[in-house]
This record gives sequence, structure tokens and C-alpha cells, in this order.
Amino acid sequence: MAMEMRLPVARKPLSESLGRESKKHLVVPGDTITTDTGFMRGHGTYMGEEKLIASVAGSVERVNKLICVKALKTRYNGEVGDIVVGRITERRRSAEDELAMRGFLQEGDLISAEVQAVFSDGAVSLHTRSLKYGKLGQGVLVQVSPSLVKRQKTHFHDLPCGASVILGNNGFIWIYPTPEHKEEDAGGFTANLEPVSLADREVISRLRNCIVSLVTQRMMLYDTSILYCYEASLPHQIKDILKPEIMEEIVMETRQRLLEQEG
Amino acid sequence: MAGLELLSDQGYRVDGRRAGELRKIQARMGVFAQADGSAYIEQGNTKALAVVYGPHEIRGSRARALPDRALVNCQYSSATFSTGERKRRPHGDRKSCEMGLQLRQTFEAAILTKLHPRSQIDIYVQVLQADGGTYAACVNAATLAVLDAGIPMRDFVCACSAGFVDGTALADLSHVEEAAGGPQLALALLPAAGQIALLEMDARLHEDHLERVLEAAAQAARDVHTLLDHVVRQHVREASILLGD
Repeated sequence: MAMEMRLPVARKPLSESLGRESKKHLVVPGDTITTDTGFMRGHGTYMGEEKLIASVAGSVERVNKLICVKALKTRYNGEVGDIVVGRITERRRSAEDELAMRGFLQEGDLISAEVQAVFSDGAVSLHTRSLKYGKLGQGVLVQVSPSLVKRQKTHFHDLPCGASVILGNNGFIWIYPTPEHKEEDAGGFTANLEPVSLADREVISRLRNCIVSLVTQRMMLYDTSILYCYEASLPHQIKDILKPEIMEEIVMETRQRLLEQEG
Repeated sequence: MAGLELLSDQGYRVDGRRAGELRKIQARMGVFAQADGSAYIEQGNTKALAVVYGPHEIRGSRARALPDRALVNCQYSSATFSTGERKRRPHGDRKSCEMGLQLRQTFEAAILTKLHPRSQIDIYVQVLQADGGTYAACVNAATLAVLDAGIPMRDFVCACSAGFVDGTALADLSHVEEAAGGPQLALALLPAAGQIALLEMDARLHEDHLERVLEAAAQAARDVHTLLDHVVRQHVREASILLGD
């Protein structure tokens, strides 16, 4: 069995290699954001003695009269319309529920769903009302911080490299082989358990490692960034993608391509 | 008292510091990727690690859930190799429980628990090397870890210990100074408003001296705040650059 070992190396701050400064207004808890009482306070702030004070460490975002502070890293906060991927851990044990749901979704199943409503204490109500949501079959789950998943119009992407991905807003990302026929989309109530070909499995593993590298270098995850990272990683072997130098190189290339595409 | 001279005639302490001088502090946030928030701090030779999980659903009995705010659960543990002699400390022993309780009181004052009803926030602190001021190091590490987790807090919580020797108040006591047996005070402060989150002392001190010792501890806590503030801003700036504008 081949093994590779490394000695500890001093980490240099990642942002140095980018060489640019942040243009945002960064705050830490206890900082006064403004003393102007005309603003409405959003998340991450609280009112104290005539001034608006930050309660998390992050960047200030201002939309007209609303000021909020977006924390660097938070637990997922549900919003109506979000797509989430998750595993059923517990179910209501009422009699009719048993009869109705037992055949379809059981405890331990991995599902994709949409947020229907948010309660006042933060709990969310999910629904799987269309056939594109529901039980997920074979694939790979990657758990990342929810703050790194970019909000887009759709979170279900069929990537041209041969696999599909669901970017859950809660940070759970599901990578699965693209189904050949359109009717057999991921979801519904039966899981497709046919064996997956080696080529598909390689694509999925490579995608998974690319996502892990993007997350380690703190880049936002969306279909374009994942695709560019996949393409940048092609010259390397799948298992080498996780090595620190190669990870940096690939993500740097992805950043370059994204900048060129925007500018 | 024969033997060790805690404060020399020229005003130097055992380790060469002045009366109000802090030990060197180094801190880092985001040490563990798996936890929601984590931080590591070194205050002189005292090393503490803090990890935060939450806010999440109440574990165990649902009955413990508070309907209008979050439950803060703190656990303190001290590594067997943290002191001069290796000592096995069972998990539920008195000192750990007391520290856990003090940490809980401190953080319930600072975290905005009303924003997360019926949930639980877990703070676990472990001392890897104890050279005096363990409560202070735990509080400072836990503050950074809570910030790293993105849990809303009223302000930083900065803590420091203080003692009193030969009519002078000493700030940030090391183990040698604590073991000498004089009065020691631990103070946790919310610096922006100047509010005290926790003040603890279990020794005898004349009330005339209390003011001075308290002021020394408060000043030291404010100095700690300057350092922690710098660490957090650095961390936020770096992450903000990486995420892009």
C-alpha cells in the first residue's frame, strides 16, 4: 500500500497570494455601525443606546434603509423557496402518517426538498411536492458550510462532464450520475439502485475532490465555479487534487477564469 | 514570606514583567473544520482550546428547552498533561463542574440567546497547559470560538486575572504567583460598554484594596480586548478577500 507523509509546514495566509484588499466594511461584535436612527436593523445587529451595534463578525450590507451584518460562517437559516438535501432522522409517529408514508419515505433515506414555510423559532417546514424532489439514489454527499453555496435561480445542475449535482442551500451537496432518460430524474419515491459505471464514478469522485478544494480555499460554490475547477483539475490524478499545492494551483486557475469571464 | 519574591524593589515580577503587564497572547480562529466554531489561545504558557457547536436542537430531554431563548451548555476539561504533575481528572469532578458553571454564566450574559429559542449552544473548552489564568484563557478562547461560529453576541467577552502583593495590584497571574497564596480575582468584561460579565474571588482581601485590584483587572481585560479584536479583524479580512466582493 503506498503511503505519503508530510511534515508540518508554516501556513501563509491565503489572501496574500491574491494581493488585493477587501472593499467591504468589516465589523466585529461591539462595533458601532451607525448612530443614525433612521435605519432598520437586520440580522447580525442589535440596538443599544441610540446606536446600531454589530453582533457578529462579518461584513456590513446595506440595502436602502436596511442594515445587516453578514457573518462569515453561520449555521443554515432556512428561507422559503430554498432547496435542501438531508437525511430523515425522525418521523412523526401518528397512525395515518404511518400508513401513508411508510411505503414512500423511511427513516434513514436521503432526500431533496424545498422549504415551504419558516416558523418563528427558526424551524422549517419542507415539502417534496413535485417529482423532482424526493428520495435520492446513488451518489456522493459532500457537506460544506452553508455560507459558501451561492443563491441561484436553480440548484439542480446537469454538468457537461457527465454528472449532475444538487447544491443544497443548507450546505449538503449531492453528486450523482446524470440519468439517461429524462423521466428518471433524481427524486420520486423509488431509488435507482443499478450499478454505476466506472467512468461515471470517476467523474463523480473528481467532482467531489474539486468541491472539497474550492471549499478549503473558501470560494463560493455554483455551477460555473465547480465546472471550471473540474476542467482545471483534468491534468492531475483524482487523488492528487487533495494535495495542498495542487489544490492551490487548481483553485487559482479557477479564480482566473472566473475573473476573465466576468470582466 | 521566605523564598520567592513576587515583586522586586524595582517593580519586576518573577518572570520579568511589570505589575500591570500582560503575558504574550497568540490566538487563532477556525482551528477545526468540523466544528461550527473553534479557537486556540496561548496566554504566556497557558494554552486553551475552545470548540462551539450550535445553535442546534436540544439533545436529550426536550423538556429542558426554554421557550424564549437558547440554552447555553459549557463544559470545561483539563488535559492530564496540563499541570506539572500528570493527574487524571475524571470528567464530572467539582472543579470542572464549577468552571463549566462559571463559563455558562459568563456566556449567557454575552450571547443574544433570545434570537434562538428552543435551541442549544454547546461550548467545550479544554486546557492543554495550565500556567495560571486558566479561567481567563478559557473565556478568551471561547469568545473567539463563538465568534467563529457566527453566533450573535452583545460584545466580546475578555477576561483576566489579578492579584495583590505588597500594596501593588498585579495583572495576569502566572502559576507561580497563584500558588504563592495571595488573593486572586478573575474578571470577565464586556469592553465596549464596560459591563462586568463575571467577577470571582475566593480569598481574603481588605475592601480598601478591592478598587485597585478591580481596576488592574479591568485594564488588563481591555488590553486583551485590543489583541483579540486585532485577531478577529485579521481573520475576517482574510476570509472576505478570499470570498471575493
